[in-house]
Amino acid sequence: MKLISLLWGNMFRKPTRTSLTFVSLVIAFLLFMLLRAISDAFSGGVSLEGMDRIVIDSKYSMTDNLPLSYVQQIRSLDEVDQVTSMSWFGGYYREPRNSFATYPVDPESYFDIFPEQLISAETLGRFNNIRVSAVASEALAAQYGWNPGDTIPIIQDIFPQENGSWTWQFELAGTFEYSGGQLLLINYDYFNEAVIGWGKDQVGWLVGRVADPPEVDSTIQLIDGMFENSSDPTRSTTEDEYRRQFASQLGDIGTISGMILMAVFFTIILLTGNTAAQAFAERVPELATMKTLGFSDLSVAALVLAEAVALCVCGGMVGVGIALLLEPGLNANLSEMVGSFDMSGQSALYALGLATLLGLIIGAYPAISAKRLTIVDALRER
Amino acid sequence: MSELIRCTNVCKEYLRGAEKVEVLRNVDLSVKRGAFIALMGPSGSGKTTLLNLIGGLDAPTSGEIEVDGLRLDSANARSLASWRAQSVGFVFQFYNLLPVLNAQRNVELPLLLTDLSRSERHKNAALALDIVGLSDRGKHKPGELSGGQQQRVAIARALVSDPCLLVCDEPTGDLDRTTAEEILELLQTLHRELGKTILMVTHDPKAANRAEYTLHMDKGKLVSTVEGPDLELEPARTVA
Ligand SMILES: Nc1ncnc2c1ncn2[C@@H]1O[C@H](COP(=O)(O)OP(=O)(O)O)[C@@H](O)[C@H]1O
Ligand SMILES: [Mg+2]
Repeated sequence: MKLISLLWGNMFRKPTRTSLTFVSLVIAFLLFMLLRAISDAFSGGVSLEGMDRIVIDSKYSMTDNLPLSYVQQIRSLDEVDQVTSMSWFGGYYREPRNSFATYPVDPESYFDIFPEQLISAETLGRFNNIRVSAVASEALAAQYGWNPGDTIPIIQDIFPQENGSWTWQFELAGTFEYSGGQLLLINYDYFNEAVIGWGKDQVGWLVGRVADPPEVDSTIQLIDGMFENSSDPTRSTTEDEYRRQFASQLGDIGTISGMILMAVFFTIILLTGNTAAQAFAERVPELATMKTLGFSDLSVAALVLAEAVALCVCGGMVGVGIALLLEPGLNANLSEMVGSFDMSGQSALYALGLATLLGLIIGAYPAISAKRLTIVDALRER
Repeated sequence: MSELIRCTNVCKEYLRGAEKVEVLRNVDLSVKRGAFIALMGPSGSGKTTLLNLIGGLDAPTSGEIEVDGLRLDSANARSLASWRAQSVGFVFQFYNLLPVLNAQRNVELPLLLTDLSRSERHKNAALALDIVGLSDRGKHKPGELSGGQQQRVAIARALVSDPCLLVCDEPTGDLDRTTAEEILELLQTLHRELGKTILMVTHDPKAANRAEYTLHMDKGKLVSTVEGPDLELEPARTVA
């Protein structure tokens, strides 16, 4: 602790060198936070909720629809507790950049299947009873300042109404809690009635809850077996698996970002490690002097190590700080594409842990050399 | 006066490749507390090596070294380090100050190893700087000081923990005549007024004249007789 001023002094002895190293660390950790947020968004976060949920989708493509009649057929199975349908609605609010996920759903079964998305009984009742109503996630309502009773026009780019209009009007019934950011739910019955002929009686995918979670695999086989020889065969997966597949269809963002990060940190280790070794070589006489004065081998080594760790942790903190500052803006712009774009406190802690580890790796060689340094040899070399 | 340093039959060998180089051969030496001794001799004769052994920076290959009651030859690295912190001040030819710390902090550095409080450390360092005549330069970094001033800071650093022994390896070797004289005067003062025992390697006969006694080394042996009255040297070592 008493050596703090020495530590800082040494970090800033070559300001240019330190700043360059520092900036590369900041960039690395900024990148780390961004890529982690992206890959988190695609993997949907790890949640224990919905472990008993299965997603039933078209066998050949996620963009193919399924017949509405499948809802009843699957619901009638003993092995399935509840099932609900969802579809991709698309469109935007006022301007194309105001886009977010919108799903036509059956209110009762939807909120039964997703109990973690909390909605008040009153709001749910209104959503159920008013055909043209919609409910918005709290984040979405907050983003556009919507209040219950507001009329929300959604301009469509896929589904025109039967009457030829591309603008759909919904009445906001209220909001619900949703951890994934912006989401609008509309009444499937109304959608199905009003949509142009070719869009009727179809759903995008189904989400079911199995009666007996340990038997989920056989339930999946049963369902897919039912439709195997129909014109719309299905592929069912557990919800978690579904999210993973979704992500991998989008280019396996998680793996790619992992590889980018590895490359970035590998480069950082090489560059910074080289800088640290260089800085160490310049300081051999000073470290020998400290030992001469009576500082132990270990304390001199600890000083050298602490410098590397301090540099990396400072770089990490600044990188994480910048990332957190950027988060609200990125979240607003990206959330409709990738779900929620969250930089969690956990990622930040993880980043700082990584920064410490980086410092230890980079400082290890100089620290060990500092410990081994013998005074007489070091003093002779000057 | 009591004995501060006693070397008995000290030998030091280095390996240069496969070849053994005998740098010190059977050195015997006894120095009383409060003596000021100059050590002269040609380059490579082993002066620095002997100084390093007496300062506890290195261990002899054989023989005994006892300084201020501690047997340095058998002490481990840890106890040597804390012994150095308490009992020896080092002054080198190239000052060896830490460039990132100002003069005051350089002088305070050895005190970090003590139990002294922050304010005591500060006070002692200021006092040491005052003794070497640099109380107004505490905030300057080494790079902002002249060679002579840097050497004064180094001397203040050597003094600050109040060791009984100062070992100085060519302390004026990098300084011009006038500055060198000033540094030597300072060392003399430390010897006379603070009673420090000083062991100083020098090439300069004028510098050696400042000391009470001069020893000569050649090819790893102490060769000269002693000049001066009061030094107890055992006969074996006083004969060429
Ligand atoms: N660590 C070492 N390894 C090999 N040889 C050394 C080492 N230290 C000193 N020597 C050799 O020991 C001899 C004496 O060196 P030194 O004590 O520095 O002499 P002086 O200070 O009198 O000039 C020299 O020949 C030097 O090369
Ligand atoms: Mg020498």
